[in-house]
Amino acid sequence: MSENSSSTTKISTYLMMIVLIVLALSIVALLLSVNAFIVGNVIVAGYLLVIGFIAMGLSVYVMFQSRKRAASMRIEAPKVMTTIECKKCNFKNVREFQRGDFVFKDLDPCQKCNEKMIITAIYKEVKEKDKTYGV
Amino acid sequence: MFALEVLPNLFGGGGDSISNILSILFYVVFIVFLFYGQRIQMYVMIREVEGSLYKLKYIKEEGRKTTIETIKEIGKPQTDPTARVDRYLEYFTISPQSMDPAGIVYKLDHILDVRDTRLKDEVKIMAPESDEVQINNLENTLEAAMALNFIYKVVRHYYIQGKKTLSLYIIMQLQMILPLVMKEAEAYASALKAFAYGQPIGDGAGPLVAARLMHGYETRKLPKDCIVATVPIQGRTAFIIKAEGPGGNVGKPGEAVKAVVDENKGKIATVIMIDAGLKLEGETVGEVAEGIGAAIGGPGVDQFKIEEAVVKYKIPINAVVVKEDIGDAVSPMRKEISDSADKVIERVKNVIVERTKEGDKLIIVGVGNSIGIGQ
Repeated sequence: MSENSSSTTKISTYLMMIVLIVLALSIVALLLSVNAFIVGNVIVAGYLLVIGFIAMGLSVYVMFQSRKRAASMRIEAPKVMTTIECKKCNFKNVREFQRGDFVFKDLDPCQKCNEKMIITAIYKEVKEKDKTYGV
Repeated sequence: MFALEVLPNLFGGGGDSISNILSILFYVVFIVFLFYGQRIQMYVMIREVEGSLYKLKYIKEEGRKTTIETIKEIGKPQTDPTARVDRYLEYFTISPQSMDPAGIVYKLDHILDVRDTRLKDEVKIMAPESDEVQINNLENTLEAAMALNFIYKVVRHYYIQGKKTLSLYIIMQLQMILPLVMKEAEAYASALKAFAYGQPIGDGAGPLVAARLMHGYETRKLPKDCIVATVPIQGRTAFIIKAEGPGGNVGKPGEAVKAVVDENKGKIATVIMIDAGLKLEGETVGEVAEGIGAAIGGPGVDQFKIEEAVVKYKIPINAVVVKEDIGDAVSPMRKEISDSADKVIERVKNVIVERTKEGDKLIIVGVGNSIGIGQ
């Protein structure tokens, strides 16, 4: 099963092969263009230069797109925090969530007043860019 | 050669070989798009759907893996639960026949009860070492995995059907709703983790408020999987109801409200329901809104029962909702939602002061999943 899911996130070998071939050909085209320019065939050099750059641009673009798609497959678990409070002295502590935590769970006594502390909140913090869309 | 000479002249220019080639190329592209434009558009859509289907497959498999791992970790089964989980992912529920809709609510209620009992029994077999709270959490985890499996299968069905028939309209419909389907699937994927770890989810906004109001007061059980505490608020007596936590459980608030109303022979001044409400794009997460009616989602059975109970005694029903989207509702609770509990309590107190008199009895229901929320 894990093999199956990792195959979904991996970039296709076939696609990668095509990208690499096009990339190699684009480098060859650029080298030929330099050669043609030295020989004095400016028009051919120009064509090869354009072809080389377009091919290189396309292959790099396809490669980045595939990597982006593979990265977007992963599901990131958000960081969940637990707030612990002492109702008597208002001592507050925030730590990472641990399995077994729940809101209003009694915990160890407070470091300051020895009263039992409780979990008052469990939440995740989401930092998102606020797009206003102008409306 | 004839084409090379004639075609460029149709555009009134050219003469050299480059412009000849470009002109012919233009014609070829024009003719191809004229006859195969729709097909090309369809292939582009198919590619897009295919990409999303790969992602759905990944999400579904991760869900299955998480479920199996959690069952093994918590339940410590003697045998491998994989086969049983796989079998259960294909489990289905048939909704009752609605040709004659009279009495359908109770038929649906019965079927949902049978489903819930069956699911709990299966989880008990799969995870024998788990306690009641863990069984509820595992049940929720399994349900999220089932939902992901179902979404994947439906999308795959229409994708294959569209490819087989080469029907633009099947593919187009699928491609159009895909962003919403993906959003829902991603929400279920994060829900799975939350259920597996027993973290509160956004849907728990109602139970969180109820828990804050009832914390420190004695509670008693109500049918089914709900609890109630009698709490004095602003000189009134409030019966605070929520699903029993901290296990993943929504209870049956319909039956709980009916029980409290009947216990008090209908002498209830008002019912205030607190729930997570679906926000529209542009609205802020954690925004609090107030209204009238039974604020409760799900298949409608509990809403029907609450409405029936309040109509019988002509009890006014108020609602306070915390705005959030579907993703927030099933994933670990956001800080904005957790922080909104204080604002909700203020609103509830305002409603109590404005809509009831001192000495009155009222019901406050925190609707939603109590996972990760005690009392």
